[in-house]
Amino acid sequence: MDLTLTAEEQAFRDEVRAWLAENHPGEPPAGGEDAQFEFARQWQRTLHEAGWAGISWPREYGGRGATLIEQAIFQEEMARAKAPRPANVLGLVMGGPVVIAHGTEEQKERFLEPILSAEEIWCQGFSEPGSGSDLASLKTRAVKEDGGWRITGQKVWTTYAHHAKWCMLLARSDPDAPKHKGLTYFILDMEQDEVEVRPLRQITGEAEFNELFIDGAWVPDENVIGGEGNGWAVAITTLMNERAGLGATAALGLQATLDDLIELAKRRGRAGDPLVRDRIARLKIAVEGLRLGALRSLTATMRVGIPGPEGSIAKLQWSAANQAMTELALELGGLEALRTDDSWSYRFLRSRANSIEGGTSDVLRNIVAERVLGLPKLR
Amino acid sequence: MEFGFSDEQREIKATAREFLASRFPAEKVRELAESGNPYDDALWGEMCELGWPGIAIPERYGGQGLGVVELVILLEEMGYALAPSPFISNAYAGALIASAGSDEQRERWLPGIAAGTARGAAEFTNEGGPVVGAAKGSTVLALLTDGGPRIVPTADAELERIPVIDDTRAYFRVRAESGDPLPGDVAWARAAGAVALAAESVGLAARALDIATEYAKEREQFGRPIGAYQAVSHRLANMLWAVEEARSLTYYAAWCADADPEALPLAASMAKARASDAACSVTHDAIQTLGGIGFTWEHDIHFFLKRARVSAQLMGTAAEHRERVASLVGL
Repeated sequence: MDLTLTAEEQAFRDEVRAWLAENHPGEPPAGGEDAQFEFARQWQRTLHEAGWAGISWPREYGGRGATLIEQAIFQEEMARAKAPRPANVLGLVMGGPVVIAHGTEEQKERFLEPILSAEEIWCQGFSEPGSGSDLASLKTRAVKEDGGWRITGQKVWTTYAHHAKWCMLLARSDPDAPKHKGLTYFILDMEQDEVEVRPLRQITGEAEFNELFIDGAWVPDENVIGGEGNGWAVAITTLMNERAGLGATAALGLQATLDDLIELAKRRGRAGDPLVRDRIARLKIAVEGLRLGALRSLTATMRVGIPGPEGSIAKLQWSAANQAMTELALELGGLEALRTDDSWSYRFLRSRANSIEGGTSDVLRNIVAERVLGLPKLR
Repeated sequence: MEFGFSDEQREIKATAREFLASRFPAEKVRELAESGNPYDDALWGEMCELGWPGIAIPERYGGQGLGVVELVILLEEMGYALAPSPFISNAYAGALIASAGSDEQRERWLPGIAAGTARGAAEFTNEGGPVVGAAKGSTVLALLTDGGPRIVPTADAELERIPVIDDTRAYFRVRAESGDPLPGDVAWARAAGAVALAAESVGLAARALDIATEYAKEREQFGRPIGAYQAVSHRLANMLWAVEEARSLTYYAAWCADADPEALPLAASMAKARASDAACSVTHDAIQTLGGIGFTWEHDIHFFLKRARVSAQLMGTAAEHRERVASLVGL
């Protein structure tokens, strides 16, 4: 057990830190969402040119092949430098890794480089209005025709759909097969008339996500990933990628929020209130519990290939802590914090989704119960 | 960076799990708890042969010269087995004398503590006087309050057994007029002691979770195992959450005690607060999962609940430690 960085890890950290000091893009531009997205796209190009965009990808596919610890160090330095996120997050974290794991040589040749360079943005078409937690019940149809597939259906919560060239799409290719077996994983070209993107307004008032209406869109055979009927297994890879390594980075964000909360408590004259002190201490413990659990997970994964039981609770820990922090901020901040132009009111509202997005806390508890504790399934 | 145990540490853990499971099966723990004297001299002798009492005491005093991480490994396993033993009292006294004692005090007391032949016992808390675990049968007491940090030969002290609900440990109120002051700073040892107790609480919580989980798989109501119902399975998932969070914080605090003492005060308070709460809530939830059988004397789970509750009052309550956390984060 040694929580200090090795000489190699320190050298890596210094390299990242120095590079960020030199190349930080500054503040995002004022103006519309499109301008901000272009700024993030340019930032990703800069990252890619220096070999940072695909930090977790194998070197043979244009990545850096960094260890989990190096990835954690990289994220920590990005957070410390307050560097923006790259534009093509879903392509880097999910699309690319799926193509690498399940794609053909031609697909790797075609899709990987434009993901890294942010030339082609990716979005994810999994959830449907009738299929959230029970994703495998999805109804979007894929009908075989000569040379490809005809897709019809509706998707929801599709981040970046309005910027995306490609959509990772899960659709039912065999309506007669058992629900997990009849699915196929497609890469859908968003630039066709049969795909309509509509913004989905959320409780914050903004529209981060979209709805996707697909009416007979075309996917050629060469854009099927992992073969017909294997969509569930391929999709599971992307979901695993979505959750892996979340903890260490998430704890950094929580610590920044906690720092803001402590400042708020002081500014509102509540730093001496025993109730406030107790709640902030609980939150500090929660943040550190998440951070340290994530580090245990990293070590276990590097040693034996899989995280221990501590990894299964990271998302639960994060969502609960983030929601509790924003709730306390509203109590401390009073009506000022509830103003529509105050960042706490936004953070409070946005955090309501934390226990839903990327796996609801209810389903995550099912997963802990069944896979970690070995309890019988309800179904 | 590696936040996990080394091969040697895993070896210590595996040996401890095996030894404790064979020497302290549930029937033995019950027998000791119900006997009124929870400590078995022969079993203590076996632990001494394994070198456990001296695990974190420097080699020049006859110890193994290992650290708080290794101590925590043993204590988590002792909590898991709910082994009645003077081990933690002896280890805490050893830490206080080793870190805050004079050379003369170390020379005089540590070899006996390390060998386990002349045990130490130390103050867990003060309620109407210093309260010491396993004071009877010890040779020397390390006291902290009512006269400051000092050493008192047990023979010079008056001991009064306190009948608290935890029968798996013997608690004594101590009256001692004099004592030989500990010249050094006891802050490190107090923090390390709190981490040690946190580790024991993590272990007993993990065992209570295992007991409840096994029961939920076997017990059937309404035609299926109760663990298939989400009201039950989600509670068990929350119990795992509590145990794992407390465990991560405790391991980190143990590492700080050995390698990053400046970070220890915050780390130790976070660990003790979380582990006390986790042990109390998990043992309570285990009883809820067990239902009626969990409320019977016949079932072992109450021994875990009781140890958890008493430990939560020792070496600083969760609320007291959170108050320290608040101060240390700048409030």
